[in-house]
Amino acid sequence: MAVDSQLASWEVFMQSKPGANYIHAGGVHAADKNMALQNARDTYTRRGEGTSIWVVPTDAIVASNPDDNDMLFDPANDKVYRMPTFYTMPEGAKAI
Amino acid sequence: MELLEKTEEVRRELLKHFEEKIERGDAIEPRDKMPDAYRKHLIRQMSQHAHSEVIGMQPEGNWITRAPSLRAKQILLAKIQDEGGHGLYLYSAAETLGISRSEMIAQLHSGKAKYSNIFNYPALTWADVGAIGWLVDGAAIVNQVSLQRTSYGPYSRAMVRICKEESFHQRQGYEIMTTMMRGTKDQQEMAQDAMNRWWWPSLMMFGPHDSESPHSGDAVKWKIKRHSNDELRQKFIDKTVQQAQVIGLKIPDTDLKWNESKGGYDHGAIDWNEFYRVISGNGPCNKQRMEHHKKVHNEGAWVREAAEAYRMKQEKKLIHL
Ligand SMILES: [Fe+2]
Ligand SMILES: [Fe+2]
Repeated sequence: MAVDSQLASWEVFMQSKPGANYIHAGGVHAADKNMALQNARDTYTRRGEGTSIWVVPTDAIVASNPDDNDMLFDPANDKVYRMPTFYTMPEGAKAI
Repeated sequence: MELLEKTEEVRRELLKHFEEKIERGDAIEPRDKMPDAYRKHLIRQMSQHAHSEVIGMQPEGNWITRAPSLRAKQILLAKIQDEGGHGLYLYSAAETLGISRSEMIAQLHSGKAKYSNIFNYPALTWADVGAIGWLVDGAAIVNQVSLQRTSYGPYSRAMVRICKEESFHQRQGYEIMTTMMRGTKDQQEMAQDAMNRWWWPSLMMFGPHDSESPHSGDAVKWKIKRHSNDELRQKFIDKTVQQAQVIGLKIPDTDLKWNESKGGYDHGAIDWNEFYRVISGNGPCNKQRMEHHKKVHNEGAWVREAAEAYRMKQEKKLIHL
């Protein structure tokens, strides 16, 4: 094993308050998942920034390719029936 | 030949696409195509920034065991821990550009990568701890606030996080200076002496004047850099002079005067010979800073080895279950 190993890379996701989405905070290096969690805690929540942490090995993340953006993130303007405003509601109908 | 022309055409097309994106104000993300020069510039700047955070722990760390009270010691420890954290945010962000942390550390140790020149000066007295927090962190904040809008997404996000933590650093330093200026004559002199030694190196932190800055052309065009060295330096001077006046510290610059027409201070000439002398390795602490970093890095190798060995042992156990 290399003497100067910097340990594996992990991505850190934090929830800022109960019920909130987990948001990417940054990365840490660690040998295993317990160390990754501990390092994430020390590095990213020194001021009560979070209520919960996920750590994920960096190489387990699958990211989309920017070249595919047109295909993946097409606004689908030809599918306006996905919008609630597409539909005509009868006069007098309430709370819909 | 035809093939070469084709690749050149593709390259130009990609550059055009990239620059249009920058022009629109879109952030660049790790998987986006980017010019080699953009990637190289960011790796150099971000690793230098990360190394500065880490090396910057040394002059202050020198005072942890000698802090004048338990309160002061707790504050200093928390401040230095933050700086270590800033280094880690920035190493992680730089890694998204395809350089490993081991490579960055190797470049620091070989001298290929630099760190901020300011940390080659010693922290001689307790007042220096105040001056570092107030002036050095103060100057760093001006630069980092501007970098929050830098074009590379991971760098920009790291800056936002860092800026949230920095204002405590500057305040704790200014509080130390304030306390000393309200103290005995000896304490006031000690504070003024620290001010005299840290003022000019703090101004140098913003780098050479715009007229001599070798790296700024592409960095400005590609929105890595959002404000010029001189603009940032001016911002720092204008807010710091007022703070010095409030507590009775003198700015060690006889040419400093308010310029009504520009709404800011004019300052005396910066001694760039001193700057280049220190940056080329002849400052008071260059050798000490580097040697200390190498020593601690090497002495910590067994911890990383042990952590890897423990992981492998745990994995084997799982297989045999
Ligand atoms: Fe910092
Ligand atoms: Fe700081």
